[in-house]
Order: sequence, then structure tokens, then C-alpha cells
Amino acid sequence: MTTIDLGLPGLAGVPTSDEPQKAKDYKSDQEVRWCPGCGDYVVLNAVQSFLPTLGLKRENIVFISGIGCSSRFPYYMNTYGMHSIHGRAPAIATGLATARPDLSVWVVTGDGDALSIGGNHLIHTLRRNVNLKILLFNNRIYGLTKGQYSPTSEAGKVTKSTPMGSLDYPFNPVSLALGAEVSFVGRALDSDRKGLTEVLRQAAEHRGSALVEIYQNCPIFNDGAFDVLKEPGEAEQRLIPLEHGKPVRFGAEGEYGVVRAGFGSLEVAKVSEVGEEELVVHDAHMTDPSYAFALSRLSTQDLRYTVTGVFRSVSRPTYDDQARAQVEEAKATRAANLGDLLRGKDTWTVV
Amino acid sequence: MSTGVGGGGDATGTTRPAAVTKLDRVVIRFAGDSGDGMQLTGDRFTSEAAAFGNDLSTMPNFPAEIRAPQGTIPGVSSFQVHFADYDILTPGDRPDVLVAMNPAALKANIADLPAGGTLIVNTDEFIKRNLTKVGYDANPLDDDTLAAYQVHQVAMATLTQGALADTGLGKKDAERCKNMFALGLLSWMYHRPTEGTERFLREKFAKKPDIAEANVLAFRAGFYYGETTEAFAVTYEVAPAKLAQGTYRQITGNTALAYGIVAAAQQSRLPVLLGTYPITPASDILHELSKHKQFGITTFQAEDEIAGICAALGASYGGALGVTSTSGPGIALKSETIGLGVMTELPLLVIDVQRGGPSTGLPTKTEQADLLQAMFGRNGESPVPIVAPQSPADCFAAALEATHIALKYRTPVLLLSDGAVANGSEPWLIPDVEDLPDLGVEFATEPNAPDGSFWPYLRDPETLARAWAVPGTPGLQHRIGGLEKADGTGNISYEPDNHDRMVRLRQAKIDGIPVPDLEVHDPSGKARVLVLGWGSSYGPIGAACRRVRKLGLSVAQAHLRNLNPFPANLGDVLRGYDKVVVPEMNLGQLALLLRGRYLVDVISYTKVAGLPFKAEELQNVLTDIVKGVDAA
Repeated sequence: MTTIDLGLPGLAGVPTSDEPQKAKDYKSDQEVRWCPGCGDYVVLNAVQSFLPTLGLKRENIVFISGIGCSSRFPYYMNTYGMHSIHGRAPAIATGLATARPDLSVWVVTGDGDALSIGGNHLIHTLRRNVNLKILLFNNRIYGLTKGQYSPTSEAGKVTKSTPMGSLDYPFNPVSLALGAEVSFVGRALDSDRKGLTEVLRQAAEHRGSALVEIYQNCPIFNDGAFDVLKEPGEAEQRLIPLEHGKPVRFGAEGEYGVVRAGFGSLEVAKVSEVGEEELVVHDAHMTDPSYAFALSRLSTQDLRYTVTGVFRSVSRPTYDDQARAQVEEAKATRAANLGDLLRGKDTWTVV
Repeated sequence: MSTGVGGGGDATGTTRPAAVTKLDRVVIRFAGDSGDGMQLTGDRFTSEAAAFGNDLSTMPNFPAEIRAPQGTIPGVSSFQVHFADYDILTPGDRPDVLVAMNPAALKANIADLPAGGTLIVNTDEFIKRNLTKVGYDANPLDDDTLAAYQVHQVAMATLTQGALADTGLGKKDAERCKNMFALGLLSWMYHRPTEGTERFLREKFAKKPDIAEANVLAFRAGFYYGETTEAFAVTYEVAPAKLAQGTYRQITGNTALAYGIVAAAQQSRLPVLLGTYPITPASDILHELSKHKQFGITTFQAEDEIAGICAALGASYGGALGVTSTSGPGIALKSETIGLGVMTELPLLVIDVQRGGPSTGLPTKTEQADLLQAMFGRNGESPVPIVAPQSPADCFAAALEATHIALKYRTPVLLLSDGAVANGSEPWLIPDVEDLPDLGVEFATEPNAPDGSFWPYLRDPETLARAWAVPGTPGLQHRIGGLEKADGTGNISYEPDNHDRMVRLRQAKIDGIPVPDLEVHDPSGKARVLVLGWGSSYGPIGAACRRVRKLGLSVAQAHLRNLNPFPANLGDVLRGYDKVVVPEMNLGQLALLLRGRYLVDVISYTKVAGLPFKAEELQNVLTDIVKGVDAA
């Protein structure tokens, strides 16, 4: 069976395995050393449970990470992996994915790694649309360096390095990715195994760069940052799940929905007040990113609303496919004769 | 045979055809405004000399600004070519002939022209405005400012425009062909073959045939001007050089380096990924390699220097040959990733085409001041092998050698070229592809550990290289990274003793790389003074030694190509002489290493002017030292 048969164009060229796989096949022999209660455990388990469903050869999966708590992830995966340097994982993964079309390449990064020190690599990787999947664990704090504010921390956050409150205005990672011409971007909560798995599945199927923002709790330095999205009675009022082709609707009884507002923006309305027919029907495949951007702006730093699911999934040629195609074209049309190259056009002979 | 053209030979007559004087070598410098096409002119003259079979060496010198204000000193661009009927080592200290296309070019270069030298000026540009711009109160062509030289005043722009009058080309476009007029004139003076240049022009402007024709016409006009006017009494012949048998071509350092990487791809049977970011003077390596994708070469122009090397390292992790190319400022940015390459023990070729520093420094000028950066410019104990080519053509072999070390020992290797080597050119004895070394590598395919698993940090007992298993290899899944590794298993380890062992193992691996013994050239066998250089100073040091020996003195010369590890016999060589002189285009970086390693108090001679050493200045330094030692 091939990945195309499996309906996974994002993994075309990656060899598949007929042997059944289990989550434990993806657990390495290394002891997991995150803090008790860390959201990373949940994500790790979700990924280890999800990967067997892809049916890939385990040796053709690679996890590349940068620096930070989440970047220890590759050590715990029984695949190939590299724990690299701060912020650079997307660049290393770009080289690997370009050199090796037979690999499924995943990047694991955090809000500091991806958005601070590695911000440049992230945006350029997304615009190139390199075929790799980026899992951005966003806990809105620096964990490994013990609790300084991050580029997704709320302004005014009091931390060890900002006793009078941070002065930085935070990024909205999904908006940033869309501004960087991303072809696929989604968001999930660490605690929502089902939602996370669904976004991961779609990311894996997508050919090109896929950014998945995962809201992840840091129990030590930013505990409870996303609790309002997990509390019964509260979560339903805030979480706006997306499903392609379906009206964007939420609330315990589906009483809220998303409607168009001025200048191409979107807003939340009571369905009873606007009528069902006014609700936006989610289209993740829309070429123009403005709609996905408007969706991303519904999610505010205070978590009044948080949109989850796949915002955007559009097809666009990938950098690595095209780079390989150029090499193949050159091989097909030009002779690779080293002797001729070295001699060049103008030579002279001494006898 | 005379050794210069300064005297102008027999100046008696106006007979035609001009008398022919035979010379053994000539240095010509073309100088003009950045927009005057001096690099192209010099390059074409060089190709003519190469096609004729002269030995040659060139030195372009241009400003960092693409178009500095027209007619100003900072905007002057020049190209010096030295060609001879014997093997030469440098582009020449001083020109015998200076071609000055405007007052700025004259002002900036005239001090280098020895008395009696030939000066050819384009008089059309010597108007008041241009003269004032560069501080000439009076026209130096009208007074005795240039009395010491053989001056030929040629209205090149006017003559070119006249020659192109019937082409329909606008006045401005016609005037732009005046560099080809100058080339034509010089080609006539030195009996150069002209077919190559005409063919070149027609190919270069294939899409604009009228421009191609105009340039050919201007070129011919310059040639005929020499032939038909009586201004030039003498022409000169420089016979082909008697070089070693074989087929030659002219090549620049950057091209030779790029070809070395193509050859490395072929000889290692690995795909190459060049991850890089444009930077002077290294960009031409990217330009060249991007043309040769048929050899399995992917070129990735990254968003920055760091991404460039990271992509290269990522490709190496995947079993390709990762290469990155840059200059000193880029190395500073790449340091952390080189360290990751040291820790993960992956092959990586890191090319530093050195330029004047610190910071942005002198982007288009040469320097050798990145040696200590290459050696130590990373956190922690982070040894990397260093290879430095000694001339433009040598870049080919240096690239192959550096790749060989990288692949065999699983390590980043620094290749230290510099601006002089990169942009300079010389004849290259084209190697036979059959004779190139095999660089094939064996990837790990089987478990290697006593417990039946795969340990990525089990080492080859001889080379200390670790096992290299690439993703996609069944059963050998493992994780690597920048954290300290446990000896053998490669798992994360914070064990004090393990760290000490690993630091020493990484060092021992690099220290143990066998490099050829240092060869000493001492024709008399009686030298008590050794001059030791590295990198691009080979030419001027060699030329200086020849001159010293011509004076009847003995001096020994040796040149380091491997800066890390040093050749095993280096200490013995250093201790075998009364004095060791180390000329460098820095403030004594190699000297510092030699003193520290061998406790030999070498004499450090340094110059950091952005230009290569002149043979004459080194001759003087060496002569004084040799005489002092001999007298003692």
C-alpha cells in the first residue's frame, strides 16, 4: 500500500508498513522528564497514538526540535530525531526534507523557540511551503529558563524578568502564520485529544508546511493559563470549533455563531438574533487568506473566544518538491560530465 | 630579455610596423570608474593571455559599492594581470603598464606605477569638472606631473564614438564601448590573439546583436588604432610559458572551489545541498553551483546565514553532503550550528572566503584574520579541522580534501579561502577525473552494540568516527542532539566523567586526522631562516624567496595547508631553523598558535591593508633577517 492509496498526499513518497503498529511502538526507551502535570505528556501520548494510524515505516519518520521544554520531545519518540539548537529546527528540517522526500518530517517547537529566537526561520519556512509539520506548543511562558514572559504572554505579565509587568504586545500565532503565507494552519488544546488528533491527521495529509498551534499548560510557571477553555460551563461559551463545510456555530446548545461584520471581519452573534442562514459556512480551502485571518482575530489573548480546528488548508507547490524537480530536470536535460565541466570552453595544452 | 616595459624599448622611430621587443613578463593594470567595465576588460585580457599559453595571475580590486559616485576615488575599480613566459606566483607588486580611464583612476593608481612605466590615459575624461572632483587643480596631462612616465594620450571615448558612428547606436551607448577600445589597443600592443574576445562578445550579447557588434567594432578600432597610428613605436611579445605538460585553463578561486564541490559530489556519490546566504566575496560559489544541478546539487538560498548552515546540517543528517559558504561575518552567525555539527558529529563543509574585518569591515578586500575564529570561535571545546588553499587553482583540491575529512571523520570542516584567492585567477592544470580520490562513505545498516541495538556514538577504533545511520534505515532509529552524549549509546548524559571523556574524544578525533608532512623548499640546503605562511600568501612569499635567493642568500620556505590539525613534523621543522618568519595578513594569528603549541618564538610579520603582500616588501623583510642571522 502507498500513502496515496491511504489518501495522504502529504506523505507521498514515504514508504508504508503493512505491519500493524501500536502507540507503544513509538515510545523510546528514554525516561520522560517533563514536570508532573505538564501538558507535554498529553501531546506526546496523542502523537504516539496517532502516528500508528498513518501506517508509515517508523524509520522514515523524523522529529526535529529546537530548545525548550517541548523540544525534548524527539528523545521520547522511537523514530529518528534531532534535538537541535534554539529556534533553528525549521531550518534544519528544511534541509532534511529537501534532501529526503521519503521522510515524514515533524518539527516540535514552543512559543519561545518558534516565535522569538526562531521567528525568522518560521515565517520563511511557511512562505516556502516546505513539506514539514510544525507542532507549536504554546504555553505563553518560558519554562526551561524558569519563568520569563514569552512572545505569546499577555502584556503586563509579571514574571521574574518583568516584576513591573511585561511591555511586549503578544503575537497571535495563527494570524502570524497566515501573514507568512502559510498553506495550512490549525489549533488545538492539549487536553482535547480528539480535536488534537483530528488537526494532526489533516496536517499529515496536507502537502506543504502545516503549523499546528497547541495550547499547552505549564503547571509550574503559568499554571491554568487555559483553564477557562477546559471548565464545563465556561468552555462551551468560548471555544469555536471549525469543521470544513459546516456553519461555524458553538455554545452548549449551539446558540452562538460566527457572522460577517464590516471590512471583511467576523464577529460572534446569537443565532436566535441573526438567523441560521447568516452564519458563516467554514471553508478551509479558500485561496484568499483574508477569511482565515478574520477567523484568527476572533481568538483574543484573554481567551474570550478561541477558535480551534483547521483554519486554512490550501494546495500550493512545495519548495522541496520544486527543488527536487529542478535537479531532476537538469539531470534529464544536461549531461553530468565532470571532465567536460572541468575543461570548460577555453583550454590550452603544454606538450 | 628585459624584465619590464618601462623603457619602452627603442624609441627612435615612427617606422611601421612597430618594432617588437621580447619580454619575459608584464604587469598591466586596467583602472577606471566602477561603471567602466574594468573587471570585464581585465578578465578578457587574461583569457587572451591564457589562450596564448602564458602563465598568469590576476588581482581584481573593486569598491564595495555597486556604483559609487561617478568619477570619484572611492568609485575606482581596477584589475591587474601579470603574465609571463615562466611560472609566476603573484599578480605582481606594481604595474608596468597603467591604463587610466579617468582622472580618479589616475590619481588612485599612479603612485603604484614605477618611474619609466607606461601610462595610457583616456583623455576624454580629463575635463575640468572631473579633475576638480578628485583634487587636481591643473590637468596633469598638460604639465610635468607625469614626466617620469611614458604617457600615451588617447581620446578613447571620441575614437570609439567615431568608430561606431554608422551603427545607429546612441552616443551614450557607443561611449560605453570604450573599455573594448582599450582592450583592443592593449591586445595589439602585446600581440594577443583576438578571436576569443570577439567570440566572447558575440555570446555575451547574443540577445542584443547590435550591442555585440558595437563592442566588436570598438575592440577592433582599438586594435587598428595601435596598428595605424604612429603613437606606439614598439609592441611587445611575451612567449608562452614552459609549464608542466598537460591541458590548462584559466580559473578563479571561487570557480575552482565550486568545481571541487561538484567533484566531491561525484566522488562521494552523495547528493549535495548547499545552504547559503549571499555575501561578498563568497556569493560566486552559490552562483556557480546553482548552474550544476545535473550533478545532484541542490542550492538553497536561505533567509539568513544561520538557516543556510542549518539546512546544510539537516541535509547531512539525512545522508547528503551539506555545504555552506560565507565570509567572516557569516561564520560569526554560523558558530552555534558548527558547534551542533561538532556535537552531533555530522559531516559539514563550511567555506569561509575571508575578507577585511572586523564587523562589515572591507567586504571586497582580502585578509587572513579569521584563522582564530575558525579555530576557536565557538563555545566549549569545539575542535574543527581547517584547510586553507594557497592559490586560486588550489581551491579545487582543497575542497576535495576538506570534504574527504568531513565525510571520513564525521565533522564540520572549515575551508579558509580569502578574497585574493577567490577573485584572483591563474592557469590550472586540469586534473584527470580518473585520478580524483574516491570519497565514498559507508552508512551504518546493522545494529552495532553488544545488546543488539544501535549505538550512534560507537566509534571506529582507528578514526574515532562515529557510526552514521541515516533516517530511513530500519531498526537503527536513534536520537541525536546538542546535549552531551553518553559515550557509546549517545543518550543524554550529564555524568562528569563522561563529559570529560567525550570532550577528549572529540579533540582526539580531530588531532588524529593524518595530514601530509610539511614540505620545506630550500634549494641551497643551507638556509638558517625559514619563512612559513598559510593560505593566499603563498604567492608573494614564494616570489620573495626567489628574489632573496637571487641575491645569493639562502632562505627556506614552507607553507601550511592544514591549520588543524597541524602536520606532525611541524614542531621539528620549526626547531630546525635559527629563525622562523611568519608573514600574515592579520596581527599574528598563526604565530600565536605556533608559539603556544611549539614554544618556538617565531618572528611575526604582519600587514592588514586589505591587499596581498607585495613580493618586494617581503623580500626586504627576509633579506634583513637572513643577513642578520648569517652575520651572527
